[in-house]
Amino acid sequence: MNIQNKDADKQMMQDRVPELGLPSGGHYSVDHDPDDLWGDSRIIVNIGPTHPAMHGALRMVAKLNGETIEKSYCEFGYTHRAKEKLGENRTYHQFVVYTDRLNYCSALINNVTYAMSVERLMGVEVPERAVWIRMICAELARVIDHIICLGINAVDLGAFSFFLYGFHQREEAYSLIEKICGARLTTSYTRIGGLAADAPEGWEKQVKEWVKRTRKVIDEMDELLTGNKIWCQRTVGVGVMSQKFIHDYSVTGPSARAAGLNYDLRRDQPCMFYKDVEFDVPVGQNSDIFDRYLVRLEEIRQSLNIISQCCDRMKKGPIWSEDKRVRIPEKDVVHNTMEGLIHHFKFFMTGFEVPPGEAYTTFEAANGELGFYIVSKGGPAAHRMRIRGPSVYHFQTLSPLCEGGKIGDMVGILGSINIIAGELDR
Amino acid sequence: MDINTPVATIYGDLHEKQIERWKTQVSGLRERFGEKIEEVLFPREYPTDTPIVFVRADAICEVLEFLKNTPEFEYGYLSDLTATDEQEAPRFHVVYNLLARKTMTRIRLKVRVAEGESVPTAIGVWPAANWAEREVWDMFGVRFDGHPDLRRILMDVRWEGHPLRKDYPLRGYQFFPTPEPIDPSLLG
Amino acid sequence: MSKDGSAAYFTTRVDAVVNWARKHSLMPMPFGTSCCGIEMMATLCSDYDIARFGAEAIRFSPRQADLMIVAGIVNAKMAPVLKTVYDQMSEPKWVVSMGACASSGGIFNVYSVTQGIDTVIPVDVYVPGCPPTPESLIHAVIRLQEQIQKGETLSLRRERLARAGQLKAVT
Repeated sequence: MNIQNKDADKQMMQDRVPELGLPSGGHYSVDHDPDDLWGDSRIIVNIGPTHPAMHGALRMVAKLNGETIEKSYCEFGYTHRAKEKLGENRTYHQFVVYTDRLNYCSALINNVTYAMSVERLMGVEVPERAVWIRMICAELARVIDHIICLGINAVDLGAFSFFLYGFHQREEAYSLIEKICGARLTTSYTRIGGLAADAPEGWEKQVKEWVKRTRKVIDEMDELLTGNKIWCQRTVGVGVMSQKFIHDYSVTGPSARAAGLNYDLRRDQPCMFYKDVEFDVPVGQNSDIFDRYLVRLEEIRQSLNIISQCCDRMKKGPIWSEDKRVRIPEKDVVHNTMEGLIHHFKFFMTGFEVPPGEAYTTFEAANGELGFYIVSKGGPAAHRMRIRGPSVYHFQTLSPLCEGGKIGDMVGILGSINIIAGELDR
Repeated sequence: MDINTPVATIYGDLHEKQIERWKTQVSGLRERFGEKIEEVLFPREYPTDTPIVFVRADAICEVLEFLKNTPEFEYGYLSDLTATDEQEAPRFHVVYNLLARKTMTRIRLKVRVAEGESVPTAIGVWPAANWAEREVWDMFGVRFDGHPDLRRILMDVRWEGHPLRKDYPLRGYQFFPTPEPIDPSLLG
Repeated sequence: MSKDGSAAYFTTRVDAVVNWARKHSLMPMPFGTSCCGIEMMATLCSDYDIARFGAEAIRFSPRQADLMIVAGIVNAKMAPVLKTVYDQMSEPKWVVSMGACASSGGIFNVYSVTQGIDTVIPVDVYVPGCPPTPESLIHAVIRLQEQIQKGETLSLRRERLARAGQLKAVT
C-alpha cells in the first residue's frame, strides 16, 4: 500500500469493497477512531485484577503514549476480607487465625506481632524459651518472604531459575515450620503469653543445618543475577525514590533502607532479645530496583546469622506464661479437675478479658513497619482492631514512580516494592 | 497488670525514658496552640502507650505541620491514619499515629468528629495521607475537606453504607453483576 | 492387536481417546488471589511438580487455557471479574476450586466475601484445606482427570446434552 498517498488508498479500498464484502458498504475511513479519547492515539490500558505480573489481585489503569506511561491510577480491594471488622467480632484468642492471612508469605511474623500487641495491653510477660523460638520463627519467615519477593521479581523480568533455586529452600523451611507447628503456610503458632507447642527434640540442629545449606544457595543465586548484564540494565536506575519521597509516602522496610535511610525497628526499637544478638542492617544508596534487590539479599544473610545465634542460645524451659488470664489449661488438667474444666469453658465460650486501654505496637515485618493499633474497652473482643500493613503505603507509591517510565519498568517496580494482597486489602 | 506494666520483652523501658520528653513536648504544644489542644491523656494516668492529644478539627493541619518541622519535635513519619467509631457524640475519632525517627518517639493525635462533619485533609503535610483518608471515608463515612479525589478504595464504588461503623452488620452482603468500570476522567 | 501380542492397531471409542488426550494435557490458568496462590505456586514448582501430570503449560490468558484453578478468596468486587474471565474460556473448560475460601467462603463469613464461587460459576472439583497442601491439589487434578476420562465433568455433560439437542438455555 502506498503510505504517503492516503486518498489513493481510500479510493483503492472503496474500489475493492464489492469483492471484500465489507459490511459498511464502502464507507471505510481512518479519520476518526471512537476509542481515541484525546485525539492523538494515546490509549488506556487496563492492567486488570487478573494479570500474570500483578501480585495478588491489583488493578492499574494506565494512559499510554506508545510504551510510555503518562498517567495511571491504581485500585485494590479485590481480596478484602474485612479482618478489621472481624477483629471486633471475635475474641482475642480466635483472632490469631486471621493474622496469618495478612502477609501470607511470612505468616509467623504477623502472629508474633499480634501476640506482642495483646500482651502489651495486658502486661503479660512471656517466658524466655518462647521468646527465642519467636525470634527464630520471625527471622525464618523473613527469609522466606524475601526469597519469594526476589523470586517473583526475577520471574517477572524473565529470570526463572533464580525463582526455582529459592523455592527449594522455601520447601525445606516449610518442613521445619511443619515440624514445629503442624502447618506450612498458615501457622497460627503464637498464643497470647507464649506459643502453642514446644519445638520437638533436635529441631534447633535441623534449623542450623538448613541455615548452612541456605547460605550456599543464596551465594549461588547472587552469582546468577548480581553481575548479570541483562538484570543490571533492567533494574539499575529504575524506580528511584528520593529520601523526601520516602518520608512523604511513609515508606518503611527494605525499600526505605535501599534509599540510604539507616532505620530498622529491630535495632532502634528493640523488642524480644534483639539487643542481645549481633546483626548488621544493610543500607543502600541509589534506591532503584537493583539496590532493593541487594538490600533484601543481604538481609537474608543477616537473618540467617540471627537464626544461628538464637539456636545456640536457646535453653530448655516453659513456653507459655503461667498467668491465669491467658494460659489455656492443659488437657489433662481440663479432664481431671473441676477448675480446669471451668477455666477451659470460660476461655472458649466467652474469651478472656483485656483491661481497657489502647496501644499501637509495631514490629519490623519483611515489608516494613507492621503495626497493630488495638483499642480495648474491657471485654473479650476488641473495640477497634486496626492493622497497619506496610503494603498499603507502598502501593500508593507505584503511580508516581511509574509516571514517565515504560510499561516494562512498571512490572519490575511492582515486584521490588513487594505488595502482598493480604496485607493490602486486609 | 495492664498496659502500664512494662514488659521486658516488648520494648522494655523504652517508654519510661521518653516520659520526660513527652512532658516537655506536650507543654510546648499547649503553649503554642492554647485552646486548640482540647485534652491530653498521658501514659501513667490513662491506659495508653503514648500521649493522646485531642486537637480541634480546624487546627489539625497546623499541629501536624508544627510537629513535623519544629526542631525539638521532628515527628517526620506518619505511621498511620485511621478512625474509630465511639458510638457516643461526637461519634468518630480520627487517629493520627506519628513517629519521630531520630528519637524513636511516638505520639497519637485524635480529632473528634460528629456524623456529617468533616476534617481538613493532611495531604499538604504528608501525601501518604491520600489513601489513608480515602479508606477512612470508605469505612466510616468521615469526609476530608480539600481531598482531591475522595472515593471508595477498598469496597466497590457502587457499595452502599460504611462497613466499619458499628451499626453495619458483619454479614451485610451486596452483589454486583458487572466489574467496576474504568474511569477515564481520573487519567486527565 | 495380533495374536502374538504385537500391536499394529487397536480399536476404541473416539470419546475415550479424545478424553485421554484432554486429561493428559491440561492447561491450567491460575486465578490466584490470596494465600492459596502461594501453595499453588509451590505445586507448580520443582518440589511437587505438576508437570508430571501433564499440566505444565501455565497460561494466563483465558483464551488459551482449559483448566481454571481458583485459588483464594473471591469477594464482591472480584466475582464479576471471575465470571467475565470464565466466560472468555472456550469449551471444554474445567474449574477447580482450591481452598476453603473459594469453595465456601472459608473462615470469612463477612460482608465482602462470596460464600463459595459456585454461586457464580460451575465447579468440578473442590479442594478442602486452608491452604490445601500441594499433595491435595495434585489429588484434585488426578480426580479431575478421572472425571474427564469418564466424561462426567460439567463441561463434558453440557457438550453431550448439546449434541443430543437437550441443552436448555441458561439466562
